[in-house]
Amino acid sequence: MTAPHSLDVAAIKQQFPLLQRELDGAPLVYLDSANTSQKPQVVIDAMSQFMEHSYAPINRSAYRLAAEATDAFEGARTKVQRFINAKRAHEIVFTKNATESLNLVAYSWGRANLQRGDVVVLTHMEHHANIVPWHMLVEERGIELRWVPLTADGQLDLRTLPQLLDGAKVFSFTAMSNVLGTITPVRQLCDAAHAAGALAIVDGCQYVPHNVTDVQAWDADFMAFSSHKMCGPSGVGVLWGREALLDAMPPFLGGGNMIADVRLDGFTTAELPAKFEAGTPPIVEVVGMGAAVDFLTDLGMANIRQHELEIAGYAMRSLTERFGPDIQLHGPCNVEVRGATFSFGFRGIHPHDLSQVLDQTNVCVRAGHHCAKPLMRLLGVNATARASFYLYNDTTDVDVLADALDSASDIFAF
Amino acid sequence: MPGLEDLYREIILDHHRNPRNRGELPPPAPHAVGHNPLCGDEIDVYLQVENDMVVDVKVGGQGCSISQSSASMMSQAVKGKPIAEVRALVRRFKGMMSIPDEDGNPIEPDPNVKLGDLEALQGVVKFPVRIKCATLSWNTLLDALEQSNA
Repeated sequence: MTAPHSLDVAAIKQQFPLLQRELDGAPLVYLDSANTSQKPQVVIDAMSQFMEHSYAPINRSAYRLAAEATDAFEGARTKVQRFINAKRAHEIVFTKNATESLNLVAYSWGRANLQRGDVVVLTHMEHHANIVPWHMLVEERGIELRWVPLTADGQLDLRTLPQLLDGAKVFSFTAMSNVLGTITPVRQLCDAAHAAGALAIVDGCQYVPHNVTDVQAWDADFMAFSSHKMCGPSGVGVLWGREALLDAMPPFLGGGNMIADVRLDGFTTAELPAKFEAGTPPIVEVVGMGAAVDFLTDLGMANIRQHELEIAGYAMRSLTERFGPDIQLHGPCNVEVRGATFSFGFRGIHPHDLSQVLDQTNVCVRAGHHCAKPLMRLLGVNATARASFYLYNDTTDVDVLADALDSASDIFAF
Repeated sequence: MPGLEDLYREIILDHHRNPRNRGELPPPAPHAVGHNPLCGDEIDVYLQVENDMVVDVKVGGQGCSISQSSASMMSQAVKGKPIAEVRALVRRFKGMMSIPDEDGNPIEPDPNVKLGDLEALQGVVKFPVRIKCATLSWNTLLDALEQSNA
């Protein structure tokens, strides 16, 4: 494997039409990629060309056009399989988003396998999508939830993990926090889950778009992620699961495509992955996701990670030097265990007001609870501002953000 | 885009820095909690209602400058007013925020209801995302009024 090389950010930016857009005569500074990423021309083109030349139903018609569409759709599945190093293409289930992927596991595997008193372990830094489906099983089944605590610098505090996992059936955790930027030790967590006899479910939404992902090296059991955070279109997400687990699970949504046979007195399910893909899938979006995988693969995920390490290091240094105690950066100081996603407080200014002022200079940041209210409570805040960087950002964007923060102080100085 | 001076008027920033009627009232005072699910902001409104009159009002919770200043101005505007006038004021304020009535029709401004300082919040309409911030305390006030059976 060759050493990571730097990205040519200017050239990459050129490939994103939206980033060429100007507001009030100035370029956009898009720092909200942890929310959703912008789309490169190759993804936009792949989707329009597919609609212009190859669009047809998939997996159900004999004519050549339908075969062509099916090839494009299933070709994208193979691309996604390789992208995360899954063993088999049919372990890739297309959903509408990562939230649906996690709900699919909780609903299908959870309802088939979890009874009153069974334990599911989550962490204190989960997104609501990896909390609420389990809360629903608490209400419906009477399962018990346990929570892995955090250290003061926003990493998982693993000292009590063996006790928390004792007797657990599931350990479901994020590979990277959407608030803190923390990257968790996924392989270690999977091993700990398995040692306790629990399944390891990984929320890969924030991790997969920014890092080399290898579900086999992780030894995970399920992983959820979405297309729209990795330069692909919205409307499609992925659930990857081990073949044996997916095979043994009851179906999730019922309808067309997911059946082998339907009679008046019942039905039998189709093979994987169709079993979990009821109804017409987001065909165009899956093709677009395949193009996004190609785009990222060509750039190299290791290079993207290296690039974001550099931005993260620069952001931590420059923001801390410039603002000192006026800025509270949440999450780890060690960039090796974090991505380039920064939640912060600034001079006591409410994040909503902050993002409104930053918007004056076209700096787009998220303000809010980031769908992680338990974590917000732990941090002792209602909301944070969050700047998240991706392959089309560079250190100049950090400087623009810092200048914009200064201008916010002018309005809200107490 | 509209300038920030339309949003962050001096009177708004003043109420944000020095919120009026902060605090709580002990049970059994009617008390409602309002949430802005968008940003996690929470506002508490406590009422003391006697003889169909809002005798006292207290505001708690956390939020952005718009939600906090709106709550502060709201508390000043409704304190000491008969319930009927309070309801008319809520309606007038929502009309200013471009919020339609129950039937989806625009609320015509009632010339008999004076907004006073609250007019400073007019600029919020130009920033549609912030309308929810400005109206949070008003909806919470309505919830608290429900509890008082007024």
